[in-house]
Amino acid sequence: MPAVSKGDGMRGLAVFISDIRNCKSKEAEIKRINKELANIRSKFKGDKALDGYSKKKYVCKLLFIFLLGHDIDFGHMEAVNLLSSNRYTEKQIGYLFISVLVNSNSELIRLINNAIKNDLASRNPTFMGLALHCIANVGSREMAEAFAGEIPKILVAGDTMDSVKQSAALCLLRLYRTSPDFVPMGDWTSRVVHLLNDQHLGVVTAATSLITTLAQKNPEEFKTSVSLAVSRLSRIVTSASTDLQDYTYYFVPAPWLSVKLLRLLQCYPPPEDAAVRGRLTECLETILNKAQEPPKSKKVQHSNAKNAVLFEAISLIIHHDSEPNLLVRACNQLGQFLQHRETNLRYLALESMCTLASSEFSHEAVKTHIETVINALKTERDVSVRQRAVDLLYAMCDRSNAQQIVAEMLNYLETADYSIREEIVLKVAILAEKYAVDYTWYVDTILNLIRIAGDYVSEEVWYRVIQIVINRDDVQGYAAKTVFEALQAPACHENLVKVGGYILGEFGNLIAGDPRSSPLIQFNLLHSKFHLCSVPTRALLLSTYIKFVNLFPEIKTTIQDVLRSDSQLKNADVELQQRAVEYLRLSTIASTDILATVLEEMPPFPERESSILAKLKKKKGPGTVTDLEEIKKERNSDVNGGTESTPVNASTVSTPSPSADLLGLGAAPLTSSAPPPSTTGSLLVDVFSDSASVVAPLAPGSEDNFARFVCKNNGVLFENQLLQIGLKSEFRQNLGRMFIFYGNKTSTQFLNFTPTLICSDELQSSLNLQTKPVDPTVDGGAQVQQVVNIECISDFMEAPILNIQFRYGGTFQNISVKLPITLNKFFQPTEMASQDFFQRWKQLSNPQQEMQNIFKAKHPMDTEITKAKIIGFGSALLEEVDPNPANFVGAGIIHTKTTQIGCLLRLEPNLQAQMYRLTLRTSKETVSQRLCELLSEQF
Amino acid sequence: MQFMLLFSRQGKLRLQKWYVPLSDKEKKKITRELVQTVLARKPKMCSFLEWRDLKIVYKRYASLYFCCAIEDQDNELITLEIIHRYVELLDKYFGSVCELDIIFNFEKAYFILDEFLLGGEVQETSKKNVLKAIEQADLLQE
Repeated sequence: MPAVSKGDGMRGLAVFISDIRNCKSKEAEIKRINKELANIRSKFKGDKALDGYSKKKYVCKLLFIFLLGHDIDFGHMEAVNLLSSNRYTEKQIGYLFISVLVNSNSELIRLINNAIKNDLASRNPTFMGLALHCIANVGSREMAEAFAGEIPKILVAGDTMDSVKQSAALCLLRLYRTSPDFVPMGDWTSRVVHLLNDQHLGVVTAATSLITTLAQKNPEEFKTSVSLAVSRLSRIVTSASTDLQDYTYYFVPAPWLSVKLLRLLQCYPPPEDAAVRGRLTECLETILNKAQEPPKSKKVQHSNAKNAVLFEAISLIIHHDSEPNLLVRACNQLGQFLQHRETNLRYLALESMCTLASSEFSHEAVKTHIETVINALKTERDVSVRQRAVDLLYAMCDRSNAQQIVAEMLNYLETADYSIREEIVLKVAILAEKYAVDYTWYVDTILNLIRIAGDYVSEEVWYRVIQIVINRDDVQGYAAKTVFEALQAPACHENLVKVGGYILGEFGNLIAGDPRSSPLIQFNLLHSKFHLCSVPTRALLLSTYIKFVNLFPEIKTTIQDVLRSDSQLKNADVELQQRAVEYLRLSTIASTDILATVLEEMPPFPERESSILAKLKKKKGPGTVTDLEEIKKERNSDVNGGTESTPVNASTVSTPSPSADLLGLGAAPLTSSAPPPSTTGSLLVDVFSDSASVVAPLAPGSEDNFARFVCKNNGVLFENQLLQIGLKSEFRQNLGRMFIFYGNKTSTQFLNFTPTLICSDELQSSLNLQTKPVDPTVDGGAQVQQVVNIECISDFMEAPILNIQFRYGGTFQNISVKLPITLNKFFQPTEMASQDFFQRWKQLSNPQQEMQNIFKAKHPMDTEITKAKIIGFGSALLEEVDPNPANFVGAGIIHTKTTQIGCLLRLEPNLQAQMYRLTLRTSKETVSQRLCELLSEQF
Repeated sequence: MQFMLLFSRQGKLRLQKWYVPLSDKEKKKITRELVQTVLARKPKMCSFLEWRDLKIVYKRYASLYFCCAIEDQDNELITLEIIHRYVELLDKYFGSVCELDIIFNFEKAYFILDEFLLGGEVQETSKKNVLKAIEQADLLQE
């Protein structure tokens, strides 16, 4: 061994490192470093040219300082100079500095690439090695562009040294990973495959990694690698432990290479050629046999290396999923590991069994280990191992053991680590739904979940239980009774109040016959929780109350008293106040028939894939869960009546929140009327919406909210559990300004918060919107404001869409709402006398200028409200103009940049028929049409 | 492999090797988070853990923790032996390596690593061949 050249010239460096180590405090360290930086800077700037040695020493000091965590903003040039030194050590330090500290300073990159080019051409293997290491370490696109064409040539050239070949292979791999577009495929690929036959095992080891990555992307082109890999593997596993000399590691022949070859084979299906296939099966059997042999060494390295190969072989067996015999043997082997004294092996066995559970050949064999796995859940001391046990229980669950597994998971949940509770909750919720034969069990399970881990029960879970209860009338009475009982607990989780409120609001009548759960008792029970709840829950409860008004007329006055109280009617929260006002009014003026219609029981939700499953997939990454689920789905499709029998491509993208629209006013059409997402395969949208920036379909209720803003300029445009969007706007002639307020209702930051205004091409030409991006982070409880400057160029029909995307916790949120910028906003009222009005009215008698609509009143026909709406619409309200005093007439001018359009309107109510006739006359057909459309929606 | 970190029981970073492009800020954040997570684990716990969408494989040698981040498809046990082989290489080169050797000769630790692993993949597993490459380089230092 070379005496470690501790003093190989860089004494100054050693002294400096000692100094730093002796610093007693962070401040002292910084002081020492600043002193050194000043020293180096003056040396670099000094008049005296530095010799190579000093340069190397200072560059090395800078590197050390950088690695300590300090910023370095100079020295790059000196490091680049070292690259062209003829002294190996100087060159080496230069390359190291560049590898660690390169930035995309274009000027430097050019110089660096130049130096690398020279070294690659030098035919000196050590220099070539350094240059290749540098490219592999930096791996930037600039380097890929410069060298991706050159390196394959070095790799396959006959006279390249082995060590250089190894570096070239992995260097190319790195470039292919970062910039596949720069790596040209060509003749060299077939020659690379033949490196699997190389005599030098080091070359084979490096080449196998490269081939695996290339084969993943271009399987056809690298197909011949399969037979070569099998024969190479076969030679390794049958070799005596001494055959491979230094490539044997603790009596295991070439474990790294074996693992890589087995990985490569996982890029392909089982070999078609029977001989190759037979040879591979033999290899795999040999590996499984060796696992049963007594160990050749007691060292952990021996067993680790041996088992590394074994686990990779099992992965390949599972990947092929075609040899029942091998699959069962693999399962038995893993079964042994489940009780091994090495924690690492128990962990890996649990992990590997998860994938085995999804194979139809081994599913039953995996199930036999259920007791061991449950035991692991109870006794393992390491949370990461327990997590694996939960995963495996989930994977092995089917109808035969669902009750046991769900019970064990619930049991474990009481003491589970906080970090994995939410995931367990999701898993329990999915299993309970999927394998429910008896839906009372399902309801009990979910309520238990809320009781045990209410904080970890996400919206998806409680939305889902409500959907299921609504869709299955056999469980509704039971659900009502159970939530009623659960609500008796003095302290119950808010999620339970939500579920309870919703279910009693729908099905409270089913248990009202029992004097112990009479209407009044139900109401008082819910209301006793009211004041402890958050705003969204209270809003939901108010909706329950109005539903009670319909279900239980006998307690109507009690409920009206509550709605009428100051704490409701004058509540500071707009949503609560509005609900109280509207519900109170509704309960007062509507007839029983109307109430019964409006407050009818919710229609069944369309069957769709569970949103919980989507959430779990999102949480765990799409790969693992999806595969498992899909496979199980196929297998179980006959047994299950529920969600699984419906095709997954059912129409919906997201579950509408039941709290958002409890009354179902328009909820049913909304889900279907929302434009389908632009991508095909709606299920995928749920999972991948994160990466693809798909614009969400309009949020439920968006149309209603939009209509509310036609006659007013301020208010809340959108609100859900997380976000509130408020608007304030002002318009003058053809210009306007809108303030959009985004309020974060949670206590957690929103990240990557990006609101975008979307106008169709057509709209863009008539409406000019300008805004600045907002801060991408919105703190919990904070509100950010965005100003939109608006210019109306010409009249327009559509409205812009406001799309908001952000991350909340781990989840990606995507919301779209229609932004209420409508043509009538550019109205200027015009007062005129009766005579003038009718004179103009007659002038605009051309059929294209008039637009008329006769429609049924959607709101009570109240004169004062109607007047306010017409004024809010923007036109002047002309009193005493129409000979019939019951009619309303208005006049105004729409201002656009290009033109001004005079408008007259006349609204004739017919109280008896509860109808209106609305007539618009303007000088432009499209304007008459649009204004008529907008205003018709208001009455 | 996405990266390898060596840090002391006190949480001081001794070596960092990144095989995926990340900003300095991200690197610092990841390091802080992982050092904390790994140091908080008890001795008998398993050497693997899930972290973000990666798998962490770590092992302690005397006062130093060696910690690798690998991808979902990668083999945990063989990664554990990558760590061990690297320790053996350092040991052979320095002669019973200790933390101080790595502090004072950090550049050597990087050179040895580059001979063994490149672009996050094992380049040469033979101890002889790796050390031969380093020795040759040392001879060139004259």
